[in-house]
Formats: sequence, structure tokens, C-alpha cells
Amino acid sequence: MSSGIEYKTPATDWQTRAFWEGCGRQEIVLQRCRDCGAIQHRPRGLCASCLSSDIEHFVAKGTGEVHTFTLTQQNGMPAFRENCPYVLAYVELDEGPRLMTHIAGCPPDSVRIGMKVRAEFVATEGQLGVPRFVPA
Amino acid sequence: MTISGKIAVAGIYEHPTRFAPDKTDSLIMAECARGALEDAGLSLSDVDGLFSAGISMGPMGVVQLAEYLNIKPRHLDSTNIGGSSFVAHVSHAAAAIHAGLCEVALILYGSTAASNSMAIGTGMGSGGGNPDAAFVSPYGMTTVGSYALIAQRHMHLYGTRSEQLAEIAVATRQHAALNPNAKMQRPITIEDVLESRVISSPLHLLDCCIISDGGGAVVVTSLERARDLAQPPVILRGCGEAVCHQEIGAPDLLTIAAHQSGQNAFSMAGLSPQEVDFCTIYDSFTITLLATLENLGFCQPGEGGDFVSGGRIAPGGDLPINPDGGGLSSNHPGMRGIFLVIEAVRQLRGGLGPRQVSGAQIGLVHGTGGTLGTMHSGATLLLSKD
Repeated sequence: MSSGIEYKTPATDWQTRAFWEGCGRQEIVLQRCRDCGAIQHRPRGLCASCLSSDIEHFVAKGTGEVHTFTLTQQNGMPAFRENCPYVLAYVELDEGPRLMTHIAGCPPDSVRIGMKVRAEFVATEGQLGVPRFVPA
Repeated sequence: MTISGKIAVAGIYEHPTRFAPDKTDSLIMAECARGALEDAGLSLSDVDGLFSAGISMGPMGVVQLAEYLNIKPRHLDSTNIGGSSFVAHVSHAAAAIHAGLCEVALILYGSTAASNSMAIGTGMGSGGGNPDAAFVSPYGMTTVGSYALIAQRHMHLYGTRSEQLAEIAVATRQHAALNPNAKMQRPITIEDVLESRVISSPLHLLDCCIISDGGGAVVVTSLERARDLAQPPVILRGCGEAVCHQEIGAPDLLTIAAHQSGQNAFSMAGLSPQEVDFCTIYDSFTITLLATLENLGFCQPGEGGDFVSGGRIAPGGDLPINPDGGGLSSNHPGMRGIFLVIEAVRQLRGGLGPRQVSGAQIGLVHGTGGTLGTMHSGATLLLSKD
């Protein structure tokens, strides 16, 4: 499942490029504040906990668990219409933040909240990639 | 300095149309303005504050609307926080009136969502070349899907069942059967909901609101002035707004904006949920209403499934909700907040015949805007008879 969905090259800007370049290297890259230590996703130009500009990137383990999901049976948008059903999910990473993603690599009706998953990456143009998760 | 008890809704109008291919959004709003001003016993020249928001409205939308109506108000507010906007407009209007920025506020909404075949629930999710959207757009999150993420989590944590969500759809349809203007009036059963096709698990087709055309208008003024007008005033007792975003960190998905906006509204009004006689709550999906009830404090987190069961929210129940038939059965032209206000005012004025909530003294209005699973707004009002 989900394999029919073609991921377009992500639109990036300077705040988000490190994440998408990480996906191109098959890594989940998160931000950490050097001042308060908060880990955040989605990436942004400063720390959303203390507003410090002193933030760094680090490579996360790429593992986590399904926090919630839905089996999408209907989506009229051309990119998705022919690829239903697919599993849309929030995955909570071991480092804390959640990502919206797809769950692939298993029958859609086998997905459960709390299921352990790991990231896999679909390469796009520009040496970038899009992450989705499969059973760990 | 509080606005509680000083401001009133003096005029309302709900456009009877549910399908209007011959009209534009502006025309629907203008017809609604005419209806609400007639209702209040006011004329267009009395309007000195204009409030509006819309799906197809551009950044200058409220200015264009003033031009269409040929009015020159001295106070403008185009706050757009999604479908809850018009609930928030009531409190914004109250603040503006209390501060002397305007005296007669006209709140308008109109849309031809249905005749334009707008696929609100399942037509979104591809996004575009926007870096901010890039974290969602690859995954095809529909509007239904965003709410389904909340429903799935609720079921996992609390054992909430599809049958319980279906109770909401069934009760709302029972209300709609008493409203001649409601789009969907044929009675449905829990089995009908469960047997309707799954759109985004665990939500079925009949867990989702309908799409219609329509519009509405609300006139807000000081209680003092409202007492001299054509209708019995409906008084603003409390109000609150809130935002929730689920896209950074790991917030509790089931604590929604209603939690904060409701607390603020109850606190301002000096009221508690036990004193509320009925509610109008944005029911974009059955889960929206269930999560809202828990967050407003009508029941504990996780108890929403039991709370909505057994006819409590149906006609004649202990807490009737959406006695007009709501978005699930009456109308949903893209953004529904204005109808929540209109129906609450109608109930508090009284005399609605079969769908009148008996003994309606205090009504709660809550609008949700945006997508519950990613980011959304909430706006709450507590209204009472004079």
C-alpha cells in the first residue's frame, strides 16, 4: 500500500532544507535548542520554546511508534484518488516530536496505535527525500 | 471592565436556500443582511460595524462586501479563524461596541459551496509548492482524515465505539426532521451510519457533515439599544477564543481549543455546564461534537461516548444539541459558525414549535475552525434570555 503514491520533490526554504536533505541521506534530522535543550519538529528559524536563535540539527534514530492513524478511503485530489486506501498517521519519534507520515510495508488493516515503526525514505529530485514509516 | 451582560444579539437571519446556483456569495450575504436588519427593526444606514470572513474572500473581502452593500462602516473586522470565525465575530463586535468603536455590528456569511461542487472534506491534501505545507502535503491528509486521527486516538484511549459516534448523527437527524429548512430529513438509524461507507477510518459517510449553499446574518448592539428594537434581546454572558496546534512537539491531541475557550466563557459568565439548557456545537464530524463536549466540561475526558448515547442530546433529551439539525443534517456551506449563533438566538427567543427546546434560558455556542488533528481554533459564547 501507499506505494502507488508518487512523492513530489518537497518545497524547501532555509529553515526546512536540513530536514529534507537529511531525508535524501536516509536520515531523520531534528532541531535542538542550544540554550534550553528543547527538541522541535517541524523545523523553524528559532526555538519555539524559548525564542533563541541558537539552534542545531542532529540525526534522530528514525524509530518511533504510531500515535494515531486513519485509513484514507476517499481523496478526490488527482495525486491520491487512485491510491486509496492509504494509511495517514502521526508517528511519535523516540526523541519526542511527532511527524505526519504514511505507514507502509504492511497490510493497512494491520496498523495499530502503539505499533513500533522505523523510517524509510523515498528519494526525490535534488538529492532530497520523503520519509514514511514501516513496521520496525 | 467586563462586556458580560451589556451586549445583545438584536437581529438574525438564516438564508433558507440550500442550493443556489443563481446566486453569488455577496448576493447571499446581502439578502441575509436585509433579513437580519428587518428582523431587528433597523435599516442599512444604522450599520456602522461590518464583520465577515469567507472561503473565497480575498484579503480585501470585507471592503468589497461594504462596497456591494453600499455602506461605509466606521469599524471593520475580517478575522478569519476558520468556521468558528462568526462565533468569534460576536465577541469582537461586543468588545468594539463596548469600546465605542461602533454601535450596530452586522456579521455576514454566505457561500455557494455546493453549487460550486466544492469538495471540502475530501478534495484537499495535495498542497503545493509551499515549504510550510511540505510536511503535510505529501501524505494526502483530507479534512475528514484530520478529524479521523482524533477519533482513532479517542477510541484507542477510551474504548469509544463507532456506535457511540453514530448516536450523534442519529440524534442530529431527529432534530433536523423538525426543521422544514433542513437539507436531510429522512430518519436514520445507528445501523445506517455504521453501514455507510468508510471515508477515513473510523469515520463513515454519515459521521460527516453535508455540503450545501447558504448564508446567515447576525446583528449585535448594546443591550440598552436592543431593548428598544423589534425582538427580545439575547444577551451575551460570556465568550472565549483559543488556538490549538498539533504540528510542533507532542501535544495531547484530545485537548482541543474548546478546553480553553470554554473555561474563559464560563468564567466570564459566572456559569457552569450544569446550568446550560442546550448547545449549538460545530459538528463538522461526529467526533468534533464529542471532543467538544468533553473539553467544555459537560463530561470527563473519555466519557463523551456514554454522554451522547441514550437520547441525551436528541429532541426532548436532557441537553439537546443542534436543534436545527446542525451541519450533519441541516446545512453546511463551508463555514458554519454563523448558524450556531442564529439557532441559539432563535431557541432563546422561543416559539419555535416542535423543535423548541422547552425552558431554554441559557444556551452555549461553540465553533471549531480548521482541522482538529493539525491546527484549529475554537470560539465559545454563552447566551441567555433578557
